Amino acid sequence: MSENRNEYVKQVANEQYKYGFTTDIHTEIIEKGLNEDVVRLISQKKGEPDWLLDFRLNAFRHWTSMVQPKWGHLILPEIDYQAISYYADPTSKSKSDDGKPKEIDPELIKTFDKLGIPLEERMALSGTAVDAVMDSVSVKTTHTKALEEKGIIFCSISEAVKKYPELVRQYLGSVVPYRDNYFAALNSAVFSDGSFVYIPKNTRCPMELSTYFRINARNIGQFERTLIVCDDNSYVSYLEGCTAPMRDENQLHAAIVEIVVMENAEVKYSTVQNWYPGDAEGKGGVLNLVTKRGHLRGNNSKLSWTQVETGSAITWKYPSCVLSGDNSQAEFYSVAVTNNYQQADTGTKMIHIGKNTKSTIISKGISAGRSQNSYRGLVKIGAKAEGARNYSSCDSLLLGSHCGAHTFPYIDCHNNSAIVEHEATTSKISEDQLFYCNQRGIPTEEAVGLIVNGYAKDVINKLPMEFAVEAQKLLSVSLEGTVG
Amino acid sequence: MSLEQSYINLYQAHRESLIATSPEVMNTMRDEAIGVFAQKGFPTRKVEDYRYVDVPQAFDGKDTYMMPLPTLPLNSNKQSVISLNDESLLRRYYAKTADSEDAITALNTAFSHECICIHVCKNQTLDRPIELTDTFTSDEDQMEHKRVLIVLEEGASASIMLRYAANNKMHILTTQVVEVFVGDNAHLEMYELEETHTSCTRFNQVYIQVGRYATVKHNNITLFNGLTRNTIKACLKGEYSEVTLNGCVMADKSQVVDNNTLIRHEVPNCTSHELYKYVVDEQAVGAFAGKVYVAEGAQKTVSEEVNQNICASNDARMYTQPMLEIYADDVKCSHGSTVGKLDEMALFYMRQRGIPLAEARMLLMQAFVGQVIDEIPIAPLRDRLHIMIEQRLKGELDKCVGCARCK
Repeated sequence: MSENRNEYVKQVANEQYKYGFTTDIHTEIIEKGLNEDVVRLISQKKGEPDWLLDFRLNAFRHWTSMVQPKWGHLILPEIDYQAISYYADPTSKSKSDDGKPKEIDPELIKTFDKLGIPLEERMALSGTAVDAVMDSVSVKTTHTKALEEKGIIFCSISEAVKKYPELVRQYLGSVVPYRDNYFAALNSAVFSDGSFVYIPKNTRCPMELSTYFRINARNIGQFERTLIVCDDNSYVSYLEGCTAPMRDENQLHAAIVEIVVMENAEVKYSTVQNWYPGDAEGKGGVLNLVTKRGHLRGNNSKLSWTQVETGSAITWKYPSCVLSGDNSQAEFYSVAVTNNYQQADTGTKMIHIGKNTKSTIISKGISAGRSQNSYRGLVKIGAKAEGARNYSSCDSLLLGSHCGAHTFPYIDCHNNSAIVEHEATTSKISEDQLFYCNQRGIPTEEAVGLIVNGYAKDVINKLPMEFAVEAQKLLSVSLEGTVG
Repeated sequence: MSLEQSYINLYQAHRESLIATSPEVMNTMRDEAIGVFAQKGFPTRKVEDYRYVDVPQAFDGKDTYMMPLPTLPLNSNKQSVISLNDESLLRRYYAKTADSEDAITALNTAFSHECICIHVCKNQTLDRPIELTDTFTSDEDQMEHKRVLIVLEEGASASIMLRYAANNKMHILTTQVVEVFVGDNAHLEMYELEETHTSCTRFNQVYIQVGRYATVKHNNITLFNGLTRNTIKACLKGEYSEVTLNGCVMADKSQVVDNNTLIRHEVPNCTSHELYKYVVDEQAVGAFAGKVYVAEGAQKTVSEEVNQNICASNDARMYTQPMLEIYADDVKCSHGSTVGKLDEMALFYMRQRGIPLAEARMLLMQAFVGQVIDEIPIAPLRDRLHIMIEQRLKGELDKCVGCARCK
């Protein structure tokens, strides 16, 4: 079996990253480097109002006073923030005077087609509206008309700043303030495009909303910013996908996602993260340094994070929930797969403030090759969170003797009526299970696939259908042959 | 003047008298240790290992601690298993396993002037447990730096209990470093029992090194204290050995108990268990951080860690942090951690049958921490601890005549 194993490992090492192509398109890229002028330039290019420029400048000034955090279980390469360009616009050629593209460059349409994201509405998957973002600019948002009829706003954040400045101003930075952390400050200073979603009261969003992020240009950083507000008694399911070309140097991606959930509202946020993970020697890959947080403001509100993390050289990501509303519920489901030299330090924070709040954490880590995979989570029960309840379970699966799987959970309990449970296990695939499958004529590789898929099922099941299929495929691509 | 500087000055002022009364081995490390301390300073809450206790505050503000150190006659005659400053043993083992980079350990190395040595020779089995009682009797506020060295040679076997007690209410600040060497095929049961008082601040660092086919059982029981920080680091250096770290904590008033444990699996085929239980009541703060580290190549490791806690009042706080850091694949490691309240159904059941609420609560708490006590193999000790816990829960540890806690 050990011979087989080596063979499989080789196979997977040679596995090509499917989305590693680049698009040859005229892209307007601003000068490398970061200073106040660059922040002003980005703001000017986007035609932003003064309050937003001030927000950016405050963030930038705060960022300069901070140092890059070192607490993660990661070896983060030295990032030269002056060697990156902070704005790249692939749509610049086709722009008319008012800054909106007249028509989309066919190259861009082709690129997104290749990624499986058709921008033509009639071809689009029924029931999904897409906002496609390349580098720093939103290329197109589909189905906006149909959504507008219901009063739902779904557009790029730059457009929202122009059309709905009051809404943006009210919520931007209210969940993740720019002082939150180093990368949040950086993002707040230079953020480019991302999506803005507003679901009005008493509305059930009729289709899945989705944003697809693509990095294309060389030596740029992508700083997307997504803001979702779900008003009273409403519901929305939001999906996020991402890919990047294969490059030898690291690409920086520092995003912020803010979600506001009001009374009786429900938001479901799903991510399939498939940034370029670097090659088999650990060269290149995306540095994915992301701050995601949801604020459950209203009573009886509900927020669910589901993430499948297969890409990125480094993942630093903790989608969190602040449960302020009474009886609010939060969920976090995660599958993180690392292979070769990938490093992931991911998990969640559940901060219980309201009464009778409930949270569930299910995290499944799978590490292979020479990768390091850590779960880091905080469950905090505030003094006023009467009757709070948390259940956490984090399991790690190790495939190969050179990888690492780590668990760093923190539980802070300040209330005597709370019940908090945490359990974690780390193991490899049981020989007995493999033997059982082999005995029944299932080859080892298939058996491993079967067991791993079963292992991740708890999480995959939470994804919307189309995503679940993609996630399952991704999982098998990442793992097929890694184990024997 | 910074807090660190005041300790460095204190060291400079007493360096001569320390050197004059201490064994040579201990003296050779002092200057280096104070250098490490000067460089590191007291760990703040930003240092991950010390995030739950305010170390600078614990060492601060009590000028009365800065009293001259007592000078004791040097005794290097080895008469029994226990001795003071056994020079040959110190030469072989002193400061060999303690973390010299840890600021509090360094402070202890600089200041400690005597070392209690327990040496169990090759293949020797002690037929009776040893109990070392450390009672604070000073009638002035005092600072102490204690050092204990426990060596079990190959095939030796012993049960050792370290008990910490206090007779009056003076402020006591102690650091203690316990170094434990357990040779191949040796078996050690170690107990640490604390029943001091609320004005006691203790920093206790225990470093355990384990050889092949050896077993170590460490029980850490905190019944009454002020502020206690226990650091317990066990390192498995020989294959097929087994380490158990158990502990229970009962804290109320404004007591603080922070237990920080590390089990390092450096070689394959070892097993470790860990069970810690806390009951925190009133304004007490409990903290537990337990890490299991499995080095690359330490295959067939089996490790199991459980931490269960009860917050009995709304002002009590509990922090728990069970961690796994694993670099080998053929392992079975798990941890579980809970924070909860007493079972309402069980309370209702008992009250229905005429047991008053207070007593029902007590019974449940007693049963809850009892699990740790039940694991103790020495029957008289087990019984004694059960009684002590019952007294503690009834508040009777507070009510006895003559001790400091009741005055």
